[in-house]
Amino acid sequence: MIPAPELDYALLSPLLIVAAAALLGVLVEAFCPRGPRFVVQTALATAATVAALVASIVVYAGGDLGLTDEPGRTVVADEAAVITWMMLAIFAILGVALFADRRLDGGLSAFTGRAADRPGSDAEAEALRLRVEHTEIFPLAMFALLGMMLFAASADLLTMFVALEVLSLPLYLLCGIARRRRLLSQEAALKYFVLGAFSSAFFLYGIALAYGYSGSFAIGALGELHDDTELRVAAVALMAVGLLFKVGAVPFHTWTPDVYVGAPTPVTAFMAAGTKAAAFVALMRVLFASTETDWQPMIAVVAVVTMVVGSLLAIAQTDVKRMLAYSSVAHAGFLLTGVLGGSDAASVLFYLATYGLASIGAFAVVMLVRDAGGEATASARWAGLGRENPVLGVSFAIFMLSFAGIPLTGGFVGKLSVFIEAGGAGYGPVVVVGVLVSAVAAFFYVRMITVMFFAEPDGVAVASGAVVTTAVVVLAAVGTVILGIAPGPVLELVQQTGSLIP
Amino acid sequence: MMIWLLVAFPALGAALLLTSGRRSDRHGHLVATAASAASFVWGLVLFFRLLARDSGDRTVTESLFTWISTGQGPGSFHVEMSLVFDPLAALFVLLITGVGTLIHVYSIGYMEHDERRRRFFAFLNLFIAAMLVLVLAGDYLVLFLGWEGVGLASYLLIGFWQHKPSAAAAAKKAFVVNRVGDIGMALAIMLMFKEFGTTEIAAVGDSVAGTAASTITVLGLLLLLGACGKSAQVPLQGWLLDAMEGPTPVSALIHAATMVTAGVYLIVRSNAIFDASETARTAVVVVGLVTLIAGAIIGCAKDDIKKALAGSTMSQIGYMMLAAGLGPAGYAFAIFHLVTHGFFKANMFLGAGSVMHAMDDDVNMRHYGALRTALPVTFATFGLGYLAIIGFPGFSGFFSKDKIIEAALAHNVWVGLAAVAGAGITAFYMTRLVTMTFAGQKRWREEVHPHESPRVMTVPLIVLAAASVLGGLLVLSDWITDWLEPVVGHTEHHHVEILGAEWPPIAVSVLVTAVVAAGVALGWFTYGRKPIASETPERVSVLTRAARADLYGDTINEWVAVRPTVTLARGVAWFDQFGLHRAVTGFVTLIGDGAAAMRTWQNGFVRSYALGVFVGALVLTLGLLAVIWR
Repeated sequence: MIPAPELDYALLSPLLIVAAAALLGVLVEAFCPRGPRFVVQTALATAATVAALVASIVVYAGGDLGLTDEPGRTVVADEAAVITWMMLAIFAILGVALFADRRLDGGLSAFTGRAADRPGSDAEAEALRLRVEHTEIFPLAMFALLGMMLFAASADLLTMFVALEVLSLPLYLLCGIARRRRLLSQEAALKYFVLGAFSSAFFLYGIALAYGYSGSFAIGALGELHDDTELRVAAVALMAVGLLFKVGAVPFHTWTPDVYVGAPTPVTAFMAAGTKAAAFVALMRVLFASTETDWQPMIAVVAVVTMVVGSLLAIAQTDVKRMLAYSSVAHAGFLLTGVLGGSDAASVLFYLATYGLASIGAFAVVMLVRDAGGEATASARWAGLGRENPVLGVSFAIFMLSFAGIPLTGGFVGKLSVFIEAGGAGYGPVVVVGVLVSAVAAFFYVRMITVMFFAEPDGVAVASGAVVTTAVVVLAAVGTVILGIAPGPVLELVQQTGSLIP
Repeated sequence: MMIWLLVAFPALGAALLLTSGRRSDRHGHLVATAASAASFVWGLVLFFRLLARDSGDRTVTESLFTWISTGQGPGSFHVEMSLVFDPLAALFVLLITGVGTLIHVYSIGYMEHDERRRRFFAFLNLFIAAMLVLVLAGDYLVLFLGWEGVGLASYLLIGFWQHKPSAAAAAKKAFVVNRVGDIGMALAIMLMFKEFGTTEIAAVGDSVAGTAASTITVLGLLLLLGACGKSAQVPLQGWLLDAMEGPTPVSALIHAATMVTAGVYLIVRSNAIFDASETARTAVVVVGLVTLIAGAIIGCAKDDIKKALAGSTMSQIGYMMLAAGLGPAGYAFAIFHLVTHGFFKANMFLGAGSVMHAMDDDVNMRHYGALRTALPVTFATFGLGYLAIIGFPGFSGFFSKDKIIEAALAHNVWVGLAAVAGAGITAFYMTRLVTMTFAGQKRWREEVHPHESPRVMTVPLIVLAAASVLGGLLVLSDWITDWLEPVVGHTEHHHVEILGAEWPPIAVSVLVTAVVAAGVALGWFTYGRKPIASETPERVSVLTRAARADLYGDTINEWVAVRPTVTLARGVAWFDQFGLHRAVTGFVTLIGDGAAAMRTWQNGFVRSYALGVFVGALVLTLGLLAVIWR
């Protein structure tokens, strides 16, 4: 007989709220009439994410976190997990706002009306005429959020795998239902699915080896000493492959540009910020727990290669969305340098917060810069944007400066803290490469600023009616600047995280 | 004692006039004058309060707030925004606000037709406020605040007529040359912080005793560099002659009576440092002596009345520097001459302004002549100033200059004799100036009809003329030396010995007066008895030519500082263009090529991507395993 698990409902309330909202969203889908459905779903998702944020804060403020010594526990709500939940909830609030903005494209959202229609067919035209919409995007986003939150709070490898799938499957779907350039979107979704499944197999293989080594699924057991060293090392390596795929590290990054570009931009924004945050926490849990494995040199190599390749490829891009995708790869490299310390998650968590905010903001700006054919992502079309629309221009400039790591933006403090972490762990050369690459990377960020402010305006149509998206942009910009000018409170918060070993 | 009120009046005046815009155009000059006068009245009140105290208790320190504070213990740094009102500061406050107020009044008339008169008065008030901060500062850093403040005001006022390229260039020159001096000042303050851990003036003075002599000498030389910049002493003298591009009241207030004497103030204020370093004192004496002679020679050759006076200012400040360099024997006399010079030089500059006013702003003395009848008040007051500066017995300059020469002779005969010679040259060029302007034949341009200036301009002249005459009273029964004793220490009595015989003070006075009389006579016979060409003669001696070219000060600067800098800048620019730029563009091309090559990996085929993931996984796993297999 299986004993009923003892659940600490209060501690897990953020997870439960999101799970409930996702399930409730499915019911709304089934029973709510078409007319008010979009609004109801938006309200439900917004309420759930806000409630999850509040619940996370309450849980954190309540103290008494990290009941990890209980054997057999599969979910851990330690400081790192709860802080990540807060971060994910904030990203989700901004993400849902982007999902819900229907004023960008003639009163329709960024998602296709009926995904089953063949692109360019009569049925598609009819769907457009009837103004049908996929309101499932909200429950899907909630499921993805649930997966991310669980991913970051897993104490056990099987739970982590389930969380990985729960977060990935809705995202595969969401990637494939863009309203514009549908073929590209569908191709991206398929690629993401195939490669995601491929990498999940590595991850699962690693779990199997780990079980074979220690006879346990507990992440904490990775640090135990047994005879089969090869088994343990191979297990860590294969799990790392699965997780490095999710964070988009080279050479497991190849999906990133295609998927980021193909996916509807709100999804890209949410995915870039959320997946990266959740996957990095999971990666740190696995690696930090592998105290007996000498994984740092390998991760250092991956970090260097990722920084260099991501930045160099970003330079060669002429498309803003694709440039942001490669920039995300480069940032994965910078984040990996913060992991090298092997025990302290503070710098990585801070970096994730700054990167997430800035990248949601940047993708939101991409949503707003449009012409007749939808988003105008060719960087040449952005000429003069800063002078035509100072709010968007200045905000995007702030995001670019933050990505480049210029002081007075959050990105600077983030880069500084991960480099300090890596330097403290004795990886000075990695820091040197990191700083040099930052200098090279500044080139394409600053180039965007030059294009926006110092080139002659090119008649770019900016969808000025999208109040919600503009609000997201401004909020993200303000947050980025606050994290740069007064990083103290957030830095102190992330420094409360313990060892991350469940 | 509410010392801050002294600064508050003019500071408020400046702020009010600068922010209120055109609304205050009509009464702005009155507000500014009232602010300056209020500061003077308050200064008088404080002065009498100080006078009522015992001589040992005449230093009042007021801390307004903590300006800078960095932690506790060693290595920490505290700066109080402190003001010190002591006998030295009191004299300066009265000089600055007193002469300042008179010049404000004068400017009401002088600037009447200038449409930017409000702005002019705002800058004058700003100057008064900054200068008061400078002399009241209880900390070198606060002093530096005032130091830079007067520099700013000086810059703004020299370039007040910015539509004239010559004025704009002169302002820029003054600013740049002053920066050189300010570097000395800034380095001195940093050195104080490093050596003593404090920049408070009194505390620095107390710390001197236990510090290496070489450090004190360096400190003294750095302060001297700062003083040279501000006081237009050789080698940083070049800006003062050009500064005459500013309106004449500015030349009188800033570039004659007050700001340019700030260097002398700095050295006297830092007497503890100079007392402890023979070398630094000698450097001050040398600088003072060289400037004294150079300024006097320049003054002899200028046809521009203001530039002739500017040369004279350099020369007179040279006297003060010389006195300050003599140490305790001279500090008080330096300040004494500073005060009397403030009176008579301001008087003569304003007189020159009055003449220019009458002559349609023509400054060339060769176009003057015979103005004594046309401008009787100006002539009378200018004449009194003239008698004061040449040291006519009984006038203020007689006492103050005599004391310096006496002290110099006691210090070193040759230094003293050079100072005596300077007095003779002073008499010569001042006689030349006065005869060319007021005596002889009319050489006026045709459309000029001289008329006496309005009352608002002549009254300040009369007051300053009276002060020029009576300023010497300060030395009666050694009042000024006793008054300054708490600050600069006891003024030693000196004995002049020449050729083994001791000279009584009266003999020195007779010698000086004789030399001055010779100078006056030479001037009169050269310029008073013969008609003066109304165009500048071309065929003149080498010395005259050199003096006309400011003794080639600008040429020397050009070769010593400007050319090397420009050459260096060109070199750096060349390296930037052909070295760095090439390297950077080459690197960028390299990166671009690399990026283009890498782009081919991103071919869009899932099979290639999957292969990449697989190979990556293989390498990663084998790499980790290799660590344990080795």
